[in-house]
Amino acid sequence: MAYTEEELKKELETKEYEYGFYTDIESETFPVGLNEDIVVAISRKKEEPEWMTEWRLEAFKAWKEMDEPEWANVQYAKPDFQAISYYSAPNSKPKYDSLDEVDPELLDTFKRLGISLDEQKKLAGVAVDIVIDSVSVATTFKKTLAEKGIIFCSISEAIKEHPELVKKYIGSIVPQKDNFYAALNSAVFSDGSFCYIPKGVRCPMELSTYFRINQAGTGQFERTLVIADEGSYVSYLEGCTAPSRDENQLHAAVVELIALDDAEIKYSTVQNWFPGGKDGVGGVFNFVTKRGLCEKNAKISWTQVETGSAVTWKYPSCILKGDNSIGEFYSIAVTNNYQQADTGTKMIHIGKNTRSTIISKGISAGKSQNSYRGLVQVNSRAKNARNFSQCDSLLMGNECGAHTFPYIEVKNKTAQIEHEATTSKIGEDQIFYCNQRGIETEKAIALIVNGFSKEVLNKLPMEFAVEAQKLLEISLEGSVG
Amino acid sequence: MLKINDLHARVEDKDILKGINLEVNAGEVHAIMGPNGSGKSTLASVIAGKEEFEVTQGNVVLDGEDLEDDAPEERAHKGIFLSFQYPVEIPGVSVTNFMKTAINESRKARGLEDMPAKEMLKLIREKSEMLEIDRKFLSRSLNEGFSGGEKKRNEIFQMAMLEPRLAILDETDSGLDIDALRIVANGVNKLKSKDNAVVVITHYQRLLEYIVPDFVHVLHNGKIVKSGGKELALELEEKGYDWIKNEAVV
Repeated sequence: MAYTEEELKKELETKEYEYGFYTDIESETFPVGLNEDIVVAISRKKEEPEWMTEWRLEAFKAWKEMDEPEWANVQYAKPDFQAISYYSAPNSKPKYDSLDEVDPELLDTFKRLGISLDEQKKLAGVAVDIVIDSVSVATTFKKTLAEKGIIFCSISEAIKEHPELVKKYIGSIVPQKDNFYAALNSAVFSDGSFCYIPKGVRCPMELSTYFRINQAGTGQFERTLVIADEGSYVSYLEGCTAPSRDENQLHAAVVELIALDDAEIKYSTVQNWFPGGKDGVGGVFNFVTKRGLCEKNAKISWTQVETGSAVTWKYPSCILKGDNSIGEFYSIAVTNNYQQADTGTKMIHIGKNTRSTIISKGISAGKSQNSYRGLVQVNSRAKNARNFSQCDSLLMGNECGAHTFPYIEVKNKTAQIEHEATTSKIGEDQIFYCNQRGIETEKAIALIVNGFSKEVLNKLPMEFAVEAQKLLEISLEGSVG
Repeated sequence: MLKINDLHARVEDKDILKGINLEVNAGEVHAIMGPNGSGKSTLASVIAGKEEFEVTQGNVVLDGEDLEDDAPEERAHKGIFLSFQYPVEIPGVSVTNFMKTAINESRKARGLEDMPAKEMLKLIREKSEMLEIDRKFLSRSLNEGFSGGEKKRNEIFQMAMLEPRLAILDETDSGLDIDALRIVANGVNKLKSKDNAVVVITHYQRLLEYIVPDFVHVLHNGKIVKSGGKELALELEEKGYDWIKNEAVV
């Protein structure tokens, strides 16, 4: 049987979430609801200094006065913030020095995800800081990094061990009051990662963190802070998957990047949170604030592969403050079934000769809606700023949508801005052509999608690119799978 | 090798093929000629298994097996190759990558392992030289920005790589200048053997000066109305299709 569009669509809808399983680990969970006491309790639980508790309370105060934003091109039932538990940590609290000490069930989970630590360790030079339900349970390669003076640890640890760095930079790029979800995150963040690369140091390995929501009814509020000191370089990888759940789970992370003079940060994400069932029930709400600051001659490059979550609201951005600084955004967003994504970037040109590149690839299948929303802003003093934007959309079937919302604000006439956009559809003719060469339909779709996404996949670090390609195939396999 | 029996096919509500009978044996070259709209391309698509066409009567048999239930990729695995009149573009997928996937999928269907990279490279080199294809061409996205001639040459390159038992060339000569036509025709002639067969679908006699057919069939209004040797093509060229149309009416 050859495929008609109808059958193709049906097949797209029947792909079950591959990573939908649940690890039964004893957890310590706070009662549901949010008030000042809970905020203080989280801070105490994490043995934080007073200034941090105050900082959280300030954020909470601001959050109470804010309204959940409604401008994004997504529709969902707003979460009841008083029905969420704001803290959950695996019980085995002490950190492990070796894998043997880690809960075997947890290790099994990673194996099923295909990211076992055994494997990871063998992969040349990948240090992994695993965040499961908000608390770091394993950190490897720490010693190697320490020799270079690189700090790579959980944010909780950094607050205790390196308060001067955290105090100086936390909230400096994404202020507590920046937006509704950032304020919420600032008040209740439970853990996350911290990374500091000293002056002139080139981080010898890719740093990666795997996030995972793993407790029914708990939201996850990650906080990540990466500081690249003058002339340093770091490539940071972040990937996540989540188990299958009926109720919606809220994920509101904040990531702040600081690239000081001549520094470079490459930040890559593979996001595969539970997208909800094929009927649109359940799935993760992914409301993320990611932003980086570039000082003189600095460069920040965001690469993301977004395949999961029921609703995504995410705009990794660059503030190009320093002269000659560079911002890049490479994105692949896949939506299937009833998934909705509103994602893009903001490039804020402040310094002279600043340059930015935006390559966005949206792939929509099923009844999903996929929006690109991007802002290119050139301030009055940003002489000779340059931007190139390219937004491509690929549609599968007749019931999905692709939308593009590009905003351009230019206050300096020396700016050069280019914007290109295309929309295409995987056609029966393309599929038949592949079929005729002996390539079955599912493989053909994977081939076409990978080709479409190639410019972005090429930007990922090698070991991640393979995983990302696999993810694309999985997301479309079922959906196409 | 190929036997088409009383084949009727339609698209939507329109009957296009109205009882085709054709037998092609290994080692033979057949030409199917006919005016526009006579059903030439439909016949090619139906043999390749394109779903959009509904076979309402008759069948297509390859090596004694009825192909009715075979998906297009299964027919490809059995050795049917269609050189498309309008090859599609697949952005971001290089010619090499596409061929690698196609060859390995066919091997998989036959229970074989992927072709070793070294062997693949050797095959690519050999076939691209045969068709005078610049190696740089092979790293370009499939058919994207290709000229008409490049597209057709790429089709024949794929045919060379896949070594089909039955190759159907659908209007391969259209859009080719005389040099490209010569290269493409030489390629096809080199690929011809006593074990495979070629069906050339064309509107004009021009291509048949280079790929000489053993048999020529004239398709009109969904039926083969006349068959003959290669001289039939010349006769058509001289008298035009009206001659056939009139004869068919009589």
